Amino acid sequence: MKGYRLPMDSRTRDRFLSIGFPLALLMLWEMTVRLQWLDGRFFPAPTTVFVALWELTVKGELLGKFWLLPGLIAAGDLSGIRKVFMEGHVLVSLFRIFSGFFVGVVPGIILGVVMGMNRTIRVALDPVVSAVYVLPKIAILPLVMLIFGIGETSKVVIVAIASFFLVLINSMAGVRDIEPIFIEAGRNYGANHRQMFYHIIIPAALPIIFSGLRLSLGTSLIVIIAAEFVAANYGLGYLVWFSWQTLLTENMFAGLVVIMILGALFTSGLQALERRLMPWQREELPASAEGEAKGVRVINP
Amino acid sequence: MTVKIEVKELTKVYPSRNGPVCALHDFSLRVEEGEFVCLVGPSGCGKSTLLRILGGLITPSSGRVELFPRDEKVPLQNIVFQEYAIFPWKTVLDNVAFGLEMRGVPKIERRETARDWIRKVGLAKFVDAYPHQLSGGMKQRVSIARAFANDPEILLMDEPLGALDAQTRVILQGELIRLWEVSRKTVVYITHSIEESLLLGDRIILMTAHPGTYKTEFSVPFERPRSFELTSAPEFARLSYAIWQELEVEVKRTMEKQL
Repeated sequence: MKGYRLPMDSRTRDRFLSIGFPLALLMLWEMTVRLQWLDGRFFPAPTTVFVALWELTVKGELLGKFWLLPGLIAAGDLSGIRKVFMEGHVLVSLFRIFSGFFVGVVPGIILGVVMGMNRTIRVALDPVVSAVYVLPKIAILPLVMLIFGIGETSKVVIVAIASFFLVLINSMAGVRDIEPIFIEAGRNYGANHRQMFYHIIIPAALPIIFSGLRLSLGTSLIVIIAAEFVAANYGLGYLVWFSWQTLLTENMFAGLVVIMILGALFTSGLQALERRLMPWQREELPASAEGEAKGVRVINP
Repeated sequence: MTVKIEVKELTKVYPSRNGPVCALHDFSLRVEEGEFVCLVGPSGCGKSTLLRILGGLITPSSGRVELFPRDEKVPLQNIVFQEYAIFPWKTVLDNVAFGLEMRGVPKIERRETARDWIRKVGLAKFVDAYPHQLSGGMKQRVSIARAFANDPEILLMDEPLGALDAQTRVILQGELIRLWEVSRKTVVYITHSIEESLLLGDRIILMTAHPGTYKTEFSVPFERPRSFELTSAPEFARLSYAIWQELEVEVKRTMEKQL
């Protein structure tokens, strides 16, 4: 049971370093700006950015005028509620990311799994998929806007396209990489097509499908920010771009901070979902469990 | 004695880049009900191919295979695989209950059966564990329990202990003997190990090197119940050496081909 363990003082030292060093960097930044070694107009001090973040929030620019919501809900004022959501940069971006993500991911998983299982469909579709896959999705934004107009639809569609292909490629790879012995075991134990799908193909491919989901959620964030740079009046991309154009750099930095937070939340959210859906992927038990079982004998067969 | 497995002039040819490869050539075999037959041969002699044909996973190029069912309600055959073919995404319980679940056995009943077999292979404490939490020997116990729990008439074992270290292997051989001697199912058992085949089998079929075909056979005279103690008997050593003399030629032929 006694594994090697870092001595207590060196673990606290690690924790101190991992929190202390970034803090020190922020303080250094703050100081250089205060001492006017860095130009505060271009690189506003962390405290200035924090104040900007606060002001954007209380003015309702980031999350909308969310404090109005209880009243609006009580009044049943649907268009008022809608308006609140339409005016917060974070809410607008999140809506675009998640609706696009779901619209893309669901058919992506289905088609990817089908392509992984069916050779005919795979051979027919693979060249098309590979060709579109290598195209940076933001490059087709003008085309998407040509088709869907400059409104919300085109933003949702561009995110959907980006997630669709990433998830599709990964789901297909996940299904194709399944160890043949699992399929053989399934067949030998009499699994029918439906049982094979639910008991073997899906769980076996799930880890790689999930890495596709992680990639495509990250890409969705990139794509939506880029799309909002050029073609939006709301959203985090718009906030960053507009703040740059008007030289409100503290707002620009505030936007960047929010985007970082979103990225981190996406990652940890998906990780939590992964742990829930795939409990078999948790880390190994300590080696002691192994030694313990080696002596186990057959009990009264 | 009734015939359980009848294999006649079986040939399997695989297509490959360098032309067709004959894995199994003109192989015939008859296994009686309740018999434990070991197939021994050098690597690549088509043993696994034969087992997969018996297990219905691949079709032969020519020849005939017949398995004779006695009871329509239980499965005819199940394979205990060479590698760890238990499902990493299922708990020990669900792995062992897998065959029963596929057959539509109600949940409570199949769990009860599975628990029973898990206890018999000594994994009672690990019912809810996932395979990645188990050692190699424990995983293979799960694999064996999965086959026994499904209660097939014929067990096809593809070097089930091949990947284990020597000591774990001895323990599991003992467990297999005891499990089998209670159930007396018909078994076709593939192994590299002469000792293992003498310890477990009623009859040992030797196969030639590539392409695999029937070479000769030995019947194993030892009384049951058996245990590892048997390996110390002079007769065991004598037989073991006699089999090796036959096998050595084939193994050397295989090695020469690889050079």
